[in-house]
Amino acid sequence: MVSSGASRGRFGPFGGQYIPETLMSELIRLEAAYHEAMADPSFVAELDGLLRDYAGRPSLLYHAANMTADLGGAQVYLKREDLNHTGAHKINNVLGQCLLARRMGKTRVIAETGAGQHGVATATAAALFGMECEIFMGEEDTKRQALNVYRMQLLGATVHPVTSGTATLKDAVNETLREWTRRVADTHYVLGSVMGPHPFPTIVRDFQAVIGRESRVQILEKTGKLPAAVLACVGGGSNAIGIFHEFIPDESVALIGCEAAGLGVDTPRTAATIATGTLGVFHGMKSYFCQDGDGQIAPVYSISAGLDYPGIGPEHAFLHDTGRATYVPVTDAEAVDAFEYLARTEGIICAIESAHAIAHARQIVPTLSPDESVIVCLSGRGDKDVAAIARYRGLDMVEE
Amino acid sequence: MPDPSELYPRLSQAFSRKVFVAFVTGGDPSLADTRRYVRELADAGAGLVEIGVPFSDPTAEGPVIQDASMRALAAGTRLADLFDLVEQLRREDGLTIPLALMTYLNPVHHYGYGTFFTRAEQVGVDALIVPDLPYEEHGEVAELARAHHVALISMIAPTSADRVQMIARDAVGFIYLVSSLGVTGERAQITTDIGALVSQIRGVTDVPVAVGFGVSTPEQAAAMAQVADGVIIGSAIVRLIERDGSDADQAIQAFTRSIVAAIQA
Repeated sequence: MVSSGASRGRFGPFGGQYIPETLMSELIRLEAAYHEAMADPSFVAELDGLLRDYAGRPSLLYHAANMTADLGGAQVYLKREDLNHTGAHKINNVLGQCLLARRMGKTRVIAETGAGQHGVATATAAALFGMECEIFMGEEDTKRQALNVYRMQLLGATVHPVTSGTATLKDAVNETLREWTRRVADTHYVLGSVMGPHPFPTIVRDFQAVIGRESRVQILEKTGKLPAAVLACVGGGSNAIGIFHEFIPDESVALIGCEAAGLGVDTPRTAATIATGTLGVFHGMKSYFCQDGDGQIAPVYSISAGLDYPGIGPEHAFLHDTGRATYVPVTDAEAVDAFEYLARTEGIICAIESAHAIAHARQIVPTLSPDESVIVCLSGRGDKDVAAIARYRGLDMVEE
Repeated sequence: MPDPSELYPRLSQAFSRKVFVAFVTGGDPSLADTRRYVRELADAGAGLVEIGVPFSDPTAEGPVIQDASMRALAAGTRLADLFDLVEQLRREDGLTIPLALMTYLNPVHHYGYGTFFTRAEQVGVDALIVPDLPYEEHGEVAELARAHHVALISMIAPTSADRVQMIARDAVGFIYLVSSLGVTGERAQITTDIGALVSQIRGVTDVPVAVGFGVSTPEQAAAMAQVADGVIIGSAIVRLIERDGSDADQAIQAFTRSIVAAIQA
C-alpha cells in the first residue's frame, strides 16, 4: 500500500498544502467555511456593504494626464487602491477574512506584516469586529516602519517584533504559523498575500479580485477598449493577482508583475523571486523561492519591506510558467526615482512597493501609442515610506 | 501486504520493546560531536535516533531547536554531510539501532527526491520525518521512500480528529504522535488525552506509536510509555548541547539513562 493523499489547491504543479498535521483540520474547515460563505447571499452582501461604506470602494481609476504627457506614449491610468481606508489594497482581503473568521466563531485574529500595511488593515478590521488581534512583524521592519507599529497599537493590536532569522517578512510568517499551531481553536490566521497553504492563495485572490473587476469596467467606460497592459508590484503578489485575475481571459492584455530587485538581480541583495529563484517548497506551498544550493531560504533584500519576501504566490508561478504574465525586476534606485517622479508629476505620494510598478510603466509607456492605455495598480499610499526615502537620499530625518 | 519486518527490519526490531527516540540536530555544534553523541545515545539505551537536518526556517520548531539549526548552519552543515555521518556511524562505528532523518521538505526537494532516497538507503537511513509533509502531500515522495526501504513517517496531532483513521491506515515504520498543540519544546504539562488517541490508532493499525513534542522529564516519559510504544525527546537533549557544546557527553548519557529507566520500568 502506498500512502498518497489527494493534494488540493494546485495551480499546475504549484500550490498544495505543505503544512504540519496540526493545522490540516483547520485548513479543511476553512476551505469548507469559505465556500459556504461565498454561496450565502447575506455574507456576500455584508462584505460588499463593508467594502463600499467602510473601505470606500470602488476605488478610482484615475487618468494620469501629466504622466501621460510627460512619457509621450500610451494613456496612463492609476488604480487608486491607495485611497482605500487604511491606505492600501490589503483591506479588501482583511475584511473578507475577518468576516469569515467571525462566521467560523473565531474571536482572535493573528497576522504577519512586512511594511505594516497588512498589519494595520488586520488591526483595523479586528477593532471594527471587536476581535482580539496580534501582529507579528520582523524587528528590522518595526524599525523601518515605526509609524505603522504605532498605528496598529492605536487600533488595539499587540505587535510582536520577530527577532529570529533575518527579522523580516519571512520570519514574521514563520512566527505567525508557529503561533497558529499553538492556538488554533479560537484563532484565525489572516494571511496577507496570495501565498501559504491552500486555501489561502485562492481565498486571498478572490477577495482581491475586486480590483480587477472594477478596473475592467472603469477602463471600458473611459476608453471604450481594453488596456494594452496591466502592471502591479509583486512580493507575495496579492495586489497583482487582484488586478490581473479579471483580465486573464483577455489575451490581448499584457499582465506585468514588477518584482523588487533590491540592489540588482546580479547581486545577493535582491528579492526578485522569478528572476533569481528556483522551484521549492516553503510556507505551505510549492512555488519559486530565493534559496541557496542546499535549499536553505535566502536572506533577501529590498528597500520595500512589503516586497522583501523570498517567494511568490503559486498562481503567479503558474502564470509565469504558462507565459500568461511577465515578471520584471525593478531596483531600489529605480523605485525611489519613480516614487519621487509620481509625487512631482501627479501630486501622489505612493507606497515604495507601488513605485516599483510606476518605474516599469515609465519604461514601457513611451513604446506604446497614444490610442492605447496602461493601468498601473497603485497598491498603497506612501506616507509610511517618507522617512525611509529621506534616509535613502541621505537626509537625517528624525521621526519623533 | 509484505511483512513490515522485511521492509523496515531495524525499526521492527527496535519496537519489540518500549523505545526512547532521541533527537539531535545534525552538526550542532559540529559533525564530529553529533557522531559521538549519536553513539553515546545508543550506548545509553536510546532505541532510535532522529538526526535533524538543519533548515533556515524551521516553522514547526520552538526556540531551542531553532537555535540549534542556526548553530549547525553557521558551522556549515549540509545535507550531504549528514548522509556521510550516517555512513560513518554504520560502517566505521558499527551502529545497529535505527536512524531517522528529520527534515523540512525543501532541502530534500532541492537535493533531488531520487538522489535523496538512493543515498538514504545506501548509507542506512531507516526513516524520514518531514513535519511539513502532511498526509495529503505524501504522494510527493511516498513511492520513492517505499522503493528504497525508508519509512516515511506519518504524523498524527491532537487536532487530527476524523483524520486519524485515514492517516493510521497508511502509516509505516512508526507513527509520530504529536502530544500537544504548537511547536517543539519542553512543556510543564501535557493535557492531550494521549491514551484515547492511541486507542483510536490501535483500532486501525498495529504500527507502533511514539509520542513527541513537549516531553522532557522521566515522569512524563514514563506516563507516555504507559500508553504508547515509544517516547520522543528532542529539545531537552538539544538544550544540554546548547549548554555544554562539545562537552555534553556525560549529561546526555545520564539523561538518556534516566529516560530509558523510566520508560522500561
